Amino acid sequence: MNALLEIANLSIAFGGLKAVQDFSLTLQRGDLHGLIGPNGAGKTTVFNLLTGVYRPVTGAVRLNGRLLNGLRPHQIAAAGLARTFQSSRLFADLTVLDNVRIGCQLRATRGLLATVLRTSRQVGLERGIRARCDELLATFGLAARRRELARNLPYGDQRRLEMARALATSPQVLLLDEPAAGMNPQEKAALRELIRSVRRQFGVTILLIEHDMSVVMDICERITVLDYGETIAVGTPGEVQRDPKVIAAYLGTTDTRAP
Amino acid sequence: MTSAPLTVCAPRPWTVLPRNLAPLVVAVGFALLLHLWVQPAIGPFRTKVLLDIGINVILAVSLTLVNGFTGQFSIGHAGFMALGGYAAAAITYYGSFRLYGNPAFAGGVLSWTTSQGAFAGPLVGSGDLLFLLACLVGGLVAAAAGYVVGLPSLRLRGDYLAIVTLGFGEIVRVVLQATPKQLDNPAEIAAQPALHLATRLGGALGFISLPFYTTLFWIGLWVAATLVVTYRIKHSAYGRAFLSIREDETAAEALGVPTTRYKVRAFVLAAFFAGVAGALYGHSIGSINANELGFQKSFDVVIMVVLGGMGSISGSTLAAVLLTLLPEVLRTATAHVNQQFHLDLPDLRMVIYSLALIVMMIVRPQGLLGLHEIWELPLLRSLRRKRALP
Repeated sequence: MNALLEIANLSIAFGGLKAVQDFSLTLQRGDLHGLIGPNGAGKTTVFNLLTGVYRPVTGAVRLNGRLLNGLRPHQIAAAGLARTFQSSRLFADLTVLDNVRIGCQLRATRGLLATVLRTSRQVGLERGIRARCDELLATFGLAARRRELARNLPYGDQRRLEMARALATSPQVLLLDEPAAGMNPQEKAALRELIRSVRRQFGVTILLIEHDMSVVMDICERITVLDYGETIAVGTPGEVQRDPKVIAAYLGTTDTRAP
Repeated sequence: MTSAPLTVCAPRPWTVLPRNLAPLVVAVGFALLLHLWVQPAIGPFRTKVLLDIGINVILAVSLTLVNGFTGQFSIGHAGFMALGGYAAAAITYYGSFRLYGNPAFAGGVLSWTTSQGAFAGPLVGSGDLLFLLACLVGGLVAAAAGYVVGLPSLRLRGDYLAIVTLGFGEIVRVVLQATPKQLDNPAEIAAQPALHLATRLGGALGFISLPFYTTLFWIGLWVAATLVVTYRIKHSAYGRAFLSIREDETAAEALGVPTTRYKVRAFVLAAFFAGVAGALYGHSIGSINANELGFQKSFDVVIMVVLGGMGSISGSTLAAVLLTLLPEVLRTATAHVNQQFHLDLPDLRMVIYSLALIVMMIVRPQGLLGLHEIWELPLLRSLRRKRALP
């Protein structure tokens, strides 16, 4: 079986700082892979490299064999790579429904003339978008709130809306950047279930950045650990937890006291 | 489920046709009503004020596409207005010479202002069609300029874009004022190629002796067109792409919105309507002078958009109406008070006007209607909800 997402030797430097070095990762369809590491390890930078926000100095990203390097972010989204953001980047002054609709309309072409004339095709397209958004909002338990402004949602709902919006683009790979940040234990438990069900229901492959070990260790099949931009460990949650380099990166080593 | 195409069940074309054509019918009816009934009833002065209101509504609503929907800050709208106005002026003026041998009015009832006297002509004359063509070409010239300016500069953000648009407006003004003398010799005009004529725009004196074609009919029609187009854009995938850029450009891009392309589109559309407004303006006063269409005019339009509420079509319409009326009302009021009480108060209208704006910005910084349309305000919404209950 061919790999869905192939990342090979991705590197970027900001001035003298090597933010990410030789990051390689291969995801098969349906994988749920975790990306962890201490603060500043370069996790979000990897996401930004994958989604075209930054251009890598070296390396290649392939989705279904198609090279994504050099594409603009919107082209990468169209290719099937969607993401959420660490800090909420919802369209705060638009309704919940409109937030999802904007993700949805990526696959729905429309011209100015059709828009202005409101052709029957255009009306049908808008109905199609609407129907799909209603479905998504129902899946995420946001249907009742669809007319509310995104800024008025409680925090947990906002995070879920962001996932719904990313899924609206019909991605093949979903990049989640710290979805559990700021959630309480109950919400985290619900999130774990949600991520699992999203993978089942939408058939997406997920790459997950998360600080909360209870979430990552529970739901990810494999985990990559970054520290100072370098990959220090790859393996199952159990393997990673026992890896001395990982423990050192998170807790420090005992030999630092040595002369 | 991934990449599943949207299920598109388009309704049969004839089922959407009535709703589609309704605005057109309403617009023509509205325009005819204004022209045939309102205009004779209110007299030439108030008609002129109404024409100004209409032109400002077109300007404000079109700028809402850029400043309100897309969240870019353009302060060069008058530049597009000037370009459209001059292009249209060149077409009606030199076109009239070519067609009729002089730049006199050659239209029909729809373009005839009753204050100019009795009129016994056709309903639609060839001059009307020439004028309509001039409006369209004026809009297209401005739109082309919008594309040329927009493409490189819309990669800039915030203040930098504002400076570029401001500079653009000033360049347009200066260039138009440096154009050669306007020709008025029929023989010479007939002999010159069209491209040559297109540069003879009158320079610092402005482009004068234009036939008066702009009536409440044309204003009504174009205002309706502007409103319908912007409304339909706002409530469609197209407009949501604009709004997403205003809300968060990075997120919009990550969701597959080609942000630069949409910014240019908003710019081009806004420029088109500004060009049309320029055409209507020139033919409402019989001349057009770039000197009056400098950054001052651009700021007037920006104020309307900001005052109305960023992104609110009804808000900028309302603001355009109020801000055009206010100075006129204040002027009339001052004159009236002076006459009534034998006073000699100076003309305080600009002072009061400015004060009103300052108070407004303190009391309601989000603009009259904020981000909402007038029918989305809580009061009206609760009314609608009650009515919707069984």
